[in-house]
Amino acid sequence: MPATALQCKECHAEYPLEARYVCENCFGPLEVAYDFTGLNADELRRRIQAGPLDIWRYADFLPFEQPPKTALAAGMTPLVKADRLAKKLGIGEVWVKNDAANPTHSFKDRVVTVAIAKAQELGYGVVACASTGNLANAVAAHAAAAGLDSYVFIPSDLEEQKVLATGVYGTKLVAVRGNYDDVNRLCTQISGDRDWAFVNVNMRPYYSQGSKTLGFEICEQLGWTIPDRIVAPIASGSLFTKIARGIDEWRQVGLVEGELPTMNGSQALGCSPVAEAFEQGWDACKPQKPDTIAKSLAIGNPADGPYAVELARNTGGGVDSVTDEEIVEGIRLLAETTGIFTETAGGVTTAVLRKLAERGDIGADERVVVVITGEGLKTLDVVRGTFETHEIEPSLASFESTVPEHVGAAA
Amino acid sequence: MGVTVKIPTQLRSVTSGESEAVVDEATTVGEVLDGLYDRFDGLKERIAEDGDLRRFVNVYVQGEDIRFLDGLETAVEDGDEVTILPAVAGG
Repeated sequence: MPATALQCKECHAEYPLEARYVCENCFGPLEVAYDFTGLNADELRRRIQAGPLDIWRYADFLPFEQPPKTALAAGMTPLVKADRLAKKLGIGEVWVKNDAANPTHSFKDRVVTVAIAKAQELGYGVVACASTGNLANAVAAHAAAAGLDSYVFIPSDLEEQKVLATGVYGTKLVAVRGNYDDVNRLCTQISGDRDWAFVNVNMRPYYSQGSKTLGFEICEQLGWTIPDRIVAPIASGSLFTKIARGIDEWRQVGLVEGELPTMNGSQALGCSPVAEAFEQGWDACKPQKPDTIAKSLAIGNPADGPYAVELARNTGGGVDSVTDEEIVEGIRLLAETTGIFTETAGGVTTAVLRKLAERGDIGADERVVVVITGEGLKTLDVVRGTFETHEIEPSLASFESTVPEHVGAAA
Repeated sequence: MGVTVKIPTQLRSVTSGESEAVVDEATTVGEVLDGLYDRFDGLKERIAEDGDLRRFVNVYVQGEDIRFLDGLETAVEDGDEVTILPAVAGG
């Protein structure tokens, strides 16, 4: 295992690999530091290809001595070439990384698998999280599979589908009367006083490592090459920055060659602190009170916001925001051109892709990957009323008089 | 009765393990923090830089982030609770 320490991203102070997330010197975030010297790219590639069809095939880049045995596998989700979407948008080549195809139907299975494996290694019996919904589903499920007690904290106004798909696993579900940032503050306070593994608080340095595997998979599935551009959603900014971090690690060890992709972040206008900081040229985000249908992205005070802004700037990308109406159009656009039904976060990402295409930001010869992080069945309500149902009597006459010739919006 | 400040675990090495401190006669969040800095050696450089809070430090008055209020100029009254927390959790 080349993981060597937890290191502060701000002042570079080092700490042992334990349940710790804040630098005591400067309050900066800690992340796992690795020493990749002496690793051979051909050997690494062989080990990956011979590995399991889940994120543990990338164990050389995750912070464990040995790949842990986990009950619910995550990762190796489809990367689908979306020619009809590309054509509709007038751009050259688009691929959809469909991370709804995970055990609990979002990318959160990746991060939770890593966090819970680490929690078990460190001897914790209780896991917990502050969640906007997808994480709640994943923590409750993975804790159940691992036989651990769990506490899941959510804002009380969450979509019903996400509440139901969490409670079913037998977790202790706590609905907090407040927004996600209130939930997060409360959990940060609780984590100081309880001996629990909060996956996105004291286990966050490990948790975030799981998001690197999205970057690894995209490159491996593209034949060990780096795409020109990646469009991904931003809530806390952790996923967005760690996709690039993963690709950068592979560049360091020689598994892939070339520049980092142009990184485009996507936010909902009703919660766009990172897009605002990017536009204004700030190096920190000004917190916002979220008001959007994209609840899984509704973090008004994003922990990795400054790093997301920096990454977008350094790769020649950007961070854009879209309205709730555009989000629903994005969901429909993806569904109608690829057969993939995404939740609101994927609607945000698809809508930003459309915006980039319409603005002429995407070159004709670019290979673009769009990261779809969650399943449409989790936010069903937003598509209600966006299409017509033709109700008829069970007779030919009724069918012929009621249903128009060309149904649907296929182009 | 003063203003009660909740100290996060990450700062308790400089507060002799204290999880709470009461600051008297402060009228703003900035004055509350100055009161703490006077009392606890080493606290200021951990959470402040160039006269402002470091970017990964969150401060709340009665549960509200001071960036939604008047920042360090936010007024406080006797009986208020000020909470200092790391900003690097969540998501």
